[in-house]
Amino acid sequence: MDILVLVKNVPEVAEADLEIEDNQIDLEDLVMGINEWDNYAVEEAVRLAEASGGGVTVMTLGDEEAEDVLRRGLAMGAGRAMHLCDEEFEGSDPATLARAFAAAIGDESYDLILCGVQSSDLGQASTGVLLAQVLNLPFATMAIGIETGEAEITVTRELEANTSERVVLPLPALVTVQSGINQPRYVSIMGIRKVRKMTIGLFEADDLGLDEDQVGEEASQVAGRALALPEVGEGAEMLNGSLDEICGRAVEIIREKGGLS
Amino acid sequence: MSGVLVIAEHRQGELREATLEALGAALELAPQTGRQVVTAVLADDPQALAGPLMGRTHGLRLMAHPDLTAFNPEMYLPVLEDAIAAAEPGLILMPHSSQGMDLAPALAGRLGLPLVTDCIGLTYQDGALTAQRQVYGGKVSETLVLKPASMYVCTLQGGAFEAPETSAVDTAGEEITLTELSPAHARRFVEYVAGALEDVDIAAADILVSVGRGIGGPENVPLAEELADALGATVSCSRPVADVGWLPKSRQVGTSGKTVRPKVYLALGISGAFQHQAGMKNSGTIIAVNKDPRAPIFAVAHYGLVADLFEVLPKLKDKLAG
Repeated sequence: MDILVLVKNVPEVAEADLEIEDNQIDLEDLVMGINEWDNYAVEEAVRLAEASGGGVTVMTLGDEEAEDVLRRGLAMGAGRAMHLCDEEFEGSDPATLARAFAAAIGDESYDLILCGVQSSDLGQASTGVLLAQVLNLPFATMAIGIETGEAEITVTRELEANTSERVVLPLPALVTVQSGINQPRYVSIMGIRKVRKMTIGLFEADDLGLDEDQVGEEASQVAGRALALPEVGEGAEMLNGSLDEICGRAVEIIREKGGLS
Repeated sequence: MSGVLVIAEHRQGELREATLEALGAALELAPQTGRQVVTAVLADDPQALAGPLMGRTHGLRLMAHPDLTAFNPEMYLPVLEDAIAAAEPGLILMPHSSQGMDLAPALAGRLGLPLVTDCIGLTYQDGALTAQRQVYGGKVSETLVLKPASMYVCTLQGGAFEAPETSAVDTAGEEITLTELSPAHARRFVEYVAGALEDVDIAAADILVSVGRGIGGPENVPLAEELADALGATVSCSRPVADVGWLPKSRQVGTSGKTVRPKVYLALGISGAFQHQAGMKNSGTIIAVNKDPRAPIFAVAHYGLVADLFEVLPKLKDKLAG
């Protein structure tokens, strides 16, 4: 089974102090890494390819630094990497990205295309399914299980409220992968070093036959975008004082509200 | 812009609550568009699902076919294309759910329409849509102004909009029995699978000690368990903790896990992604402990402690014992 995985380089923001400049978050001091959902997708692809025979290709669209997520994919077991890297792509919306990915895929035939359900930065959860539409492929989102069969796969989709559903897709197909589907392997620095000499295919918009008006802001459906930091602790009464004091107060609240005497 | 089309969501014979929230958003937008809200129900027996929609939508388009019993985007898409061609709505709304995440991008892609997902606010002015979203794990608010278009597709974050009163408007229904569906691809629904049997029911607890990624590793989970024991509480967790298997899935609070309403919800090292908030924000009292003062959890907490949970945990235990 030949599998393509789309991956994205994203900032880790969980404990970071974010700053906004010109309606972009300042990435200067942020650690970048593979989008969490994409990491699960790469792991799933490598496992499926190992079990069925076949290769894994990882593809990203991003700046030069985004090469790191491709190297990581190679270290996890992908055999080939493609990097769509061009300033022209900046400001693209998911539909535009989907068309760029489709152009990069061209005539190549994959049995399966995997994407993360969403990216942790913008969380639009739409590029994968939009790509399926451009390529005219059957698709399923929110996969927490993929079983392979004869020219088809059975996907377990996570629904709401601790329920899931099983659906069958004929191959080729596109599936978006939910976190927790597997336990992704650890990638060591040694592992990354081992793949440092592997060639990564580099593509600009021109190479994909895309004109200026087919990429970036011009092709995007968005006219304007503004970012803002919400008020800190909006809603919560922040307990102040020494550790001893705030914990003492917290225990009082738990006792009172929890009905403990 | 000519009206709003809401796509109803149902599962196992029941209309999903998120549909009503979409109607709330649609009715708010209807005056701005000067037109009406039409709700499309695609099901084997759509009439049976229509009850909660009455008085909450101007138009009701009930489309019946046995292959619409369970959701399948390949069955929905051609039916919706016809409905959209007939109604020419300016805006198509649906929940940002497991169904909406499948359907909305497919519909937008197929019809070449602009798409905005997971919206928490929408306004329509001068022929263009403006959407409010949360990005970077809820730490940043985003406002998107879309280019003018005759039709937009949007998905709505659960809990962001309120269900309208049942007598908000007069509802007129229209029933259509479909004779044939023409799916583009052979995706096939097999079955629903209920979640694994659980060791404890976290939804039944009066006090929950809930841990997030900040707990650091499985070796630290006992610290939370000890505090829970001292409180007569139950340990629950956020998605990342269940994903990596530090606690079983049955302990997960959130959209895909359980919705809980304990008297006290103590959130330790949980950043508070929207999907988590949706499962706990109606708790009686929420106390959040997080090192990051900008963690979104503080937006729904009643009390906040900006502190290291590894210092807080033993301290709380001391205070309880003392």
